[in-house]
Amino acid sequence: MTAARSVFVVTDIRPLRRGIFSVTFDAPELAVSAEPGQFVHIKCGRSRPLRRPFGISDASGDKLTVVFEVRGEGTKWLAASEPGRRVDINGPLGHGFSSVVGDILIAGGGLGAAPMLFAARRARGRAVAVLGFRGAASAILTEEFESACENIFVTTDDGSLGLRGTASLPLGELLKTGRYSAVLACGPRAMLRAVAELSERAGVRCEVSLEERMGCGVGACLVCACRTKKDGADKMSRVCFDGPVFDSREVVW
Amino acid sequence: MSVDTRVTFAGVEFKNPVVTASGTFGFGREYSKYYSLSELGGVCTKGLTVRARLGNPPPRMAETPMGMLNSVGLQNPGVDEFIKTELPFMRGFDTRVIANIAGETIEEYAELAEKLSGAGVDMIEVNVSCPNVKAGGMQFGVTASSVAAVTRETRRRSRVPIMLKLSPNVTDIAETARAAEGEGADAISLMNTLLGMRIDIKTRRPLLANNTGGLSGAAVFPVAVRMVWQARGAVKLPILGMGGISTGEDAVEMLLAGASLVGVGTASFSRPGAALSVRDGIAAYMREYGVGSVSELTGKVEIF
Ligand SMILES: Cc1cc2nc3c(=O)[nH]c(=O)nc-3n(C[C@H](O)[C@H](O)[C@H](O)COP(=O)(O)OP(=O)(O)OC[C@H]3O[C@@H](n4cnc5c(N)ncnc54)[C@H](O)[C@@H]3O)c2cc1C
Ligand SMILES: Cc1cc2nc3c(=O)[nH]c(=O)nc-3n(C[C@H](O)[C@H](O)[C@H](O)COP(=O)(O)O)c2cc1C
Ligand code: FES
Repeated sequence: MTAARSVFVVTDIRPLRRGIFSVTFDAPELAVSAEPGQFVHIKCGRSRPLRRPFGISDASGDKLTVVFEVRGEGTKWLAASEPGRRVDINGPLGHGFSSVVGDILIAGGGLGAAPMLFAARRARGRAVAVLGFRGAASAILTEEFESACENIFVTTDDGSLGLRGTASLPLGELLKTGRYSAVLACGPRAMLRAVAELSERAGVRCEVSLEERMGCGVGACLVCACRTKKDGADKMSRVCFDGPVFDSREVVW
Repeated sequence: MSVDTRVTFAGVEFKNPVVTASGTFGFGREYSKYYSLSELGGVCTKGLTVRARLGNPPPRMAETPMGMLNSVGLQNPGVDEFIKTELPFMRGFDTRVIANIAGETIEEYAELAEKLSGAGVDMIEVNVSCPNVKAGGMQFGVTASSVAAVTRETRRRSRVPIMLKLSPNVTDIAETARAAEGEGADAISLMNTLLGMRIDIKTRRPLLANNTGGLSGAAVFPVAVRMVWQARGAVKLPILGMGGISTGEDAVEMLLAGASLVGVGTASFSRPGAALSVRDGIAAYMREYGVGSVSELTGKVEIF
């Protein structure tokens, strides 16, 4: 009940691509309970009034890893971290993917691939991953997915790596095999919508990880609302607490 | 030195002067995972309406220098659902429960006050200052005559003390404060958020789907201190002061300006334990400066 420790030490930070970093914290308390699809809320320096949400891209043993892209002041601050820096982290927060067991398809778009790596690792070699990127220069974590998954398919918009086109292409084909019990996805909204439609048409359960700007990150302030429907009625759900992962049939696109 | 942090406010005893600000703390469930709500002087609910409301479309939040804009638009489960599922939870703690209400008509405000006072809340905060809804909300808070009318009807129908939450979006806070006092309000609280706007220069679209929103957080603190001080000069009612408080020092400043209780809102977002550190910071100040009772601080600013 009393406030748990919230300050954790950076053990490793390395660039994956220009402007994209992987940062690892020594955070056994967070790592032990982290589930794929959950996020952490990081205080990025004192000058920013709000924390920043990041999907957990790996958690094992004492370590918790987040992969992020520099977008504004907060992520710039985080990118300037060095091993030894103490960072205030709240988490793990939100509801992740309901299950990562069995034959599952994992879809990651752009930076959305990062949190899916955690799901892929927990699936213990039985997942097939479909990763979509803009081009070869923005592809991330492909080797890590390679070793975590049964198989992976990479697509790029310009064909500079893997297949040319979007992740929907291989995904549609894979769904036709009828082998998979679920599709788990994280990425840009347009991609998630396409993945959801493909899955629904194939009659396969689909879970998508959504993004919305956050205040509290814990479900108390209602600024992170997204429109959902359940039993025919529209409602506003909290991305931070009811999500970030939602059953695709509940999302009002 | 032992210090007395108890405050009797509009006849209700609070164990310490710190309450959570409406809409920033849900119904307490989420933050109760971080600390017991019994540690707080009081907990104020999200704004309640007669019927459930979905609120405004997203995005509803934009960060600003040391603050944030929100345009939630009073999303809540409706008063009946609150009484059924949330109030019993809140009553399970040894803390004061303040119900924040918002009507689209004066009759709705009165109905909400009547229902909630019968359901066992300790106090009602009448929100006539929400900048994010079309009907009701701030519309009732910006003229003295409508503040007076809402106060009159809610006072008449409530069995517990009522506190008018005033809008900072007025030219003269003294006028609306006096209107509330004149119709028998037991207390006032201020301030609600300041109406603001941000625009994305790449897309030329506002950052909020509602176009405008309410500004809160450290950025508004000096405005809130000034308004509490002005209201204190205009009325004898006790004041719940809020707006940008994030430390014990901020809270002491607000008390000196004229508040008897302080509200902590946006600060909890970055530090879930913010309200408790404000409480502890007030006590530390009292010990350092030899202040025996927290009430001795109220209004003690020595004006030039
Ligand atoms: C559940 C969730 C998981 C996320 N996971 C990752 C991740 O694994 N890796 C990654 O790089 N990014 C992730 N993001 C996006 C990340 O939170 C933003 O890029 C980051 O907040 C930007 O902060 P900034 O200060 O650099 O940018 P600024 O533009 O200065 O931020 C201003 C404000 O807007 C908010 N904001 C800006 N962009 C976003 C966004 N896309 N989503 C939500 N809030 C935003 C910020 O939090 C801040 O409050 C995630 C977002 C959510 C909601
Ligand atoms: C996300 C959010 C939601 C709010 N909702 C309400 C509300 O429902 N009713 C109300 O009277 N005030 C509401 N407020 C205003 C706060 O109660 C408080 O008056 C204001 O935020 C200033 O305090 P702060 O700077 O400490 O947050 C809300 C504020 C925020 C940030
Ligand atoms: S960010 Fe506060 S409820 Fe989701």
